[in-house]
Amino acid sequence: MKPVLLWSDALIFLLVIVLTVFFYRLRNDPQTRERWGDVFATKLGMVTFTLIMTYVGVALLDSLHFRRALENPEGVSGQEVYYDNQVTSVFDVMLRGMDERFERTYSAPFALKSFSKTNMEDAQGNAIRDFPLLEHAGQHLSDPSERGADILHKSLVALLLGLLASAAIVGVQWLLLRRSAYPWHASWLVQAAVICFFAWLVSISRYYHVLGTDQAGADVAYQSLKGIRTGVLLGTLSTLIMLPIAVTLGIMAGYFKGWVDDVVQYLYTTLSSIPSILLIAASVLLFQVYIDLHPDYFSIGMEKADARFIALCFILGVTSWSSLCRLIRAETLKISQLGYVQAAHAFGVSHSRIVARHILPNVLHIILITFVLEFSSLVLAEAVLSYIGVGIDPSMASWGNMINGARSELSQEPPIWWTLAGAFFFMFILVLAANLFSDLVRDAFDPRTAGKRSEA
Amino acid sequence: MIAYIIRRLLYAIPILIGVNLLTFTLFFVVNSPDDMAVSQLGNKYVTPEAIENWKRKNGYDKPLFVNPEEQGLAAVTETIFFTKSVKLFAFDFGRSESGRDITTDVSTRMWPSLAVALPSFLVGIWVNICVALMVVMFHGTRLDRWAVLVFVSLMSISYLFYIIGGQYLVAKSWKLVPISGFDPSHQPWKFLILPVLVGVVSGIGAGARWYRTLFLEEANQDYVRTARAKGSSEISILFKHILPNALIPILTGVVVLIPTLFMGSLLLESFFGIPGLGSYMLDAIKMQDFAIVRSMVFIGSILYIVGLILTDISYTWADPRVRLN
Repeated sequence: MKPVLLWSDALIFLLVIVLTVFFYRLRNDPQTRERWGDVFATKLGMVTFTLIMTYVGVALLDSLHFRRALENPEGVSGQEVYYDNQVTSVFDVMLRGMDERFERTYSAPFALKSFSKTNMEDAQGNAIRDFPLLEHAGQHLSDPSERGADILHKSLVALLLGLLASAAIVGVQWLLLRRSAYPWHASWLVQAAVICFFAWLVSISRYYHVLGTDQAGADVAYQSLKGIRTGVLLGTLSTLIMLPIAVTLGIMAGYFKGWVDDVVQYLYTTLSSIPSILLIAASVLLFQVYIDLHPDYFSIGMEKADARFIALCFILGVTSWSSLCRLIRAETLKISQLGYVQAAHAFGVSHSRIVARHILPNVLHIILITFVLEFSSLVLAEAVLSYIGVGIDPSMASWGNMINGARSELSQEPPIWWTLAGAFFFMFILVLAANLFSDLVRDAFDPRTAGKRSEA
Repeated sequence: MIAYIIRRLLYAIPILIGVNLLTFTLFFVVNSPDDMAVSQLGNKYVTPEAIENWKRKNGYDKPLFVNPEEQGLAAVTETIFFTKSVKLFAFDFGRSESGRDITTDVSTRMWPSLAVALPSFLVGIWVNICVALMVVMFHGTRLDRWAVLVFVSLMSISYLFYIIGGQYLVAKSWKLVPISGFDPSHQPWKFLILPVLVGVVSGIGAGARWYRTLFLEEANQDYVRTARAKGSSEISILFKHILPNALIPILTGVVVLIPTLFMGSLLLESFFGIPGLGSYMLDAIKMQDFAIVRSMVFIGSILYIVGLILTDISYTWADPRVRLN
């Protein structure tokens, strides 16, 4: 086994460390605590936060990559170890080989036979045309009619296991947090549901394709799960590239005013006047030309896909800072007129200290709200960009690529709905949770709405 | 007023120059014309002669900024920067990489785009305002909370699913309209009805939610309380006081979009096979036709700037307190 650190893996783990340190340092700030308390005092806040954390957790597990060592062929001995060209992640291992169960082509969810007929021979050696049996579904059944009872039996066993596991995990939390004032039971319910779902999915996927297979014969449930990493990473990395640009320029414009303000305003007006989809498309295409002309920079195929992914994050970040910058500039203009900033000036406090101590903490709520809102819109944008052909590399699993590959499948007879359903389900839950959570964060942190609840 | 508009138009010039420089840098400095030639011709079997031929055919065989071989003014005009970028200001878009005249293409494809975008825009605003008003009437009840949840759920569905789902249900299962295509001479409404429907439905979540917030902001104002104290009915408060006042932010929010309607919708047009500017851009991106992309970037920024100016003008028209100077 040889660990592989892709650029996106490194960035996401760096990000997790930075965010942890950031929140750890903020933990004793009474105002921040109170506002977060508002968010988590609601059941909805608990539920959506747990869901988002599940997605983030899956994304992180899926970012621990390694290459499996290949066994030496018969008769070859030696110290040299060869590694698989295929990059595997810890999450793949947890799914217990879902990535290896390929069929020839489409098959419906829980089907035993393929979706389309092929030429084959029957027992007597005559050429016939029929639906071939799947290679990785229902192999253990002696009679196809047992399928229903078998699925039910296996599901019940899996759910029982899932319930046991969740009882253990929730039980520990209950012991620690039972006196807490927050509605933890809402989070525990979601955790139990998620654990049961995973237990069921992983165990039943060993015998059936829960969401069928796609045109290339890959398991759709597996593809949808792999899309989680792409979606979460794209959303967070792009936003984090955008934040420093928007915050620095916005505060500079609002604080120094004068020509700095003019330049920043000119920059964001120019950038926002270009239709964003064209700007993104042009940048991605140009980067693609660059990759194509320098194939020798990337040793394995995954690195190439990863380079394009990072580039996409950069491009999305660099092209989308204008609206946040505008908000921060306006807020900074307002704050720098206030008495305490004037007083700090009079005392001769340096610009950098004023910005760090008085301005930045007071625009933090805007940054936070934008971060969560932007996250969900980026997940949605990924699908559109991949459809246009300027998104994620086609070799990388993503919901956009799944939709793109399946766009004409509904017009087949009978319609192939499972690829779209898989992408829809996993994407919808993530975006919905992020949107609902961002509403709560905004209610708690936006000075216009904050505190209204306690008054009422 | 006139002076203000003229000043705003003059402000637009540096922005357009900025757009121009940015696209020029992206297309010619980051990637040299040679790189483009290689990717256009396909990566295999490229000979230096083939690259030279392609560059000559498409007019990329000149230096970027200054041509040392020419005399006088020609030293500046016989360059890629002048022929490809500066000429955009004169609305001379030149020819696409495949040799078609871009100006002709744009002027014919503008109308189908508008035929889809304008109805979706107008019907969309009307539907969103109606839905939002209905929800505001029930403010504070359980119905209002559920409505907000439904709006957020609608927002969380990718646009692609609206299109794919709409096509599947309305066109394939119910067979009410053709799945895709466009025929301007023969019952064009038949082809337009589904894209417009999809455009409107997909916008309800975000739109109605935003309008609801605007209405509620107005509902908290003092004049609403006064009206209520006077004994006005809730219906008359909603339509006589809240709606006209909330129309100001709505108007200024949507006016900026009006000029960009000409650009059409990338996804709607490509799924429904409508020969508008949206599908034109999409094809250009897929064919990597950078000449078209450059021209569309320029047109798009002009339309956006026009939208900003129209927004300011609409402000004075809708809100008599605002004066432009």
